Amino acid sequence: MAIDTESRSDHTRAIVTGDASARPNHHERPRSIGGVLVRMPFWLLTGALALIFLYPLIWTAVSSVSPHAGTNQVDGWGLGNYVTLANYQAGIWVYLFNSLFVSLLTVLLTLVVSLLGGYAFARFDFPGKNVLFLSTLAILMVPYATLLIPLYVLLNAVGLSNSLVGVALVLTMFQLPFATFMMRISFEAIPREMDEAAMVDGCSTWRALWTVLVPAVKPGLITVGLFAFLAAWNDFIAPLILITDTNRMTLPLAVSNLRVQVQGVVDYGATEAGVVVLALPCILLFLILQRHYVRGFMSGAFKG
Amino acid sequence: MTTTAPPARATRPRSTPQRRRQARQGWLYALPTTLFVALLFFAPLLLVFQMSASDWPLLSGNQGLNFPENYTDAVTNRFFMDSVWFTLLYTVLTTVILLALSLGLAMLVQESSRWKGFLRTSFLVPSALGLASASLLFYVLYSPFAGPFADLMQAWGFTFLGTPEGALWSTIFLIVWRFAGFYMLLMLVGLQGISEDVYEAARIDGASRFQIFRSITLPLLRPTLALTTVLCVTGSLLAFEQFYILTKGGPDNSTITVVQLIYNIAFQGQNDLGVAAALSVIVLAALVVVNIVQIRAFARKED
Repeated sequence: MAIDTESRSDHTRAIVTGDASARPNHHERPRSIGGVLVRMPFWLLTGALALIFLYPLIWTAVSSVSPHAGTNQVDGWGLGNYVTLANYQAGIWVYLFNSLFVSLLTVLLTLVVSLLGGYAFARFDFPGKNVLFLSTLAILMVPYATLLIPLYVLLNAVGLSNSLVGVALVLTMFQLPFATFMMRISFEAIPREMDEAAMVDGCSTWRALWTVLVPAVKPGLITVGLFAFLAAWNDFIAPLILITDTNRMTLPLAVSNLRVQVQGVVDYGATEAGVVVLALPCILLFLILQRHYVRGFMSGAFKG
Repeated sequence: MTTTAPPARATRPRSTPQRRRQARQGWLYALPTTLFVALLFFAPLLLVFQMSASDWPLLSGNQGLNFPENYTDAVTNRFFMDSVWFTLLYTVLTTVILLALSLGLAMLVQESSRWKGFLRTSFLVPSALGLASASLLFYVLYSPFAGPFADLMQAWGFTFLGTPEGALWSTIFLIVWRFAGFYMLLMLVGLQGISEDVYEAARIDGASRFQIFRSITLPLLRPTLALTTVLCVTGSLLAFEQFYILTKGGPDNSTITVVQLIYNIAFQGQNDLGVAAALSVIVLAALVVVNIVQIRAFARKED
């Protein structure tokens, strides 16, 4: 019984860190032939499930470089589909640059705004604090599409029509509920004695924030940055509505448009290549930063 | 030193210079948040109400009051009722399938081992993709020319996206594939909140696995189920990209969702932002009602 309870808390930590392999497993079946046979159906079932989830990704990656019908890669293996993708309209580099610009600007703005906002909410008392915090969370309750039509009008009015900066501003606003909540609880988890000690030493709140607190809330910043990047890199609706100039399209929009090239013929190969270029950075970031991704779920930020 | 009193711990509501400095600094740090919320959230939120009552063509801007014509135009649009029914059907199917499956997956990978860690990661990887990327991926996968099932489709004479039912279920499969890991993770967080002692006690009392699931896991998981249901229902009611990319609303306009209708009215042909804004306000109101009903329903059962 005691062993059971103990291993249970191990599971908990394994979920928290998203790191199951680091945890030795002391109560799985003994590695005897009989044990293996008993576990066979389980392995087959779960293996098939994993295959269903991984197969579409693997198939797309493989078929983007292998010969098959309906694509520009007919003879043998090669990068024909990527060449088509690279030469589409303004060229993939333009779209990649646009996407990177929007994503990095969104990440930067989200980090700065939520860092300062989280600090204010966690450490200061000011009139209107609760109203402002609840207003920020209320962004979650309002449907994305409902706001985009008036935002289209507003951004036009201030000269940010067709602007990647405008898209980044909108995407940052939609990140704020999660980011502000996450940063607030990150600051609240740090003992007040830490910044008080710094301030006794003569630091201003501003210096205390940068020298003492920012290093301490770094994990929260990584989680916020990761979510902001994934959301901005992948966003489709905001650029669809706010960007009409083909030279300013982001990558998801460009790949979606490039499907139909001439005379309604769909270029499936170039689409596969586009999906690979879109998905690869996300999957790599996710695999590298998995534990920071999982922390976003543990924080309770989704409970709004 | 002025900072010996702990900041932000107001014991008495009195106005000292020090407290005023506190408030001023707090406001300064919160200023960027305030600007974003005011200019990019409240301003458009107010504007959408004004637009919904105005004649507002896409290219020429505000042409004066047009209330309640925008609303009557919105609800009498020939696709309005169809899109509402389709969106509701899609929402119910997606929510039931997605939540049941993700709870199953969560219970499957709950304990820790190397294999289960691998499974968890496999289920989660699609969640890293954007919805648009995932839709484009399945657009190729479902293709009768280039997809992996192309030969099979030819031999057996079926298509994924060619019939209304096929298009609906194919899209649901895509969404389940993309989001199952996401909801599994939320379920895992909920499951680990249930104390092992409760399970232990039930086991000592001789409860079967199914009994434990029904009388312990499900009731204690209610907050998580409430959260995931609200998230999933909201997300599904606002579905857009998956249908925009996979089906373009077809075949025969059978898969037009409400948000897609808003987009079409605003930017495709009709170019009427006033009617689109009216429809947006209707969706916003419906969503508020749906969420209040859901939260009430889950809260009442808890008593």
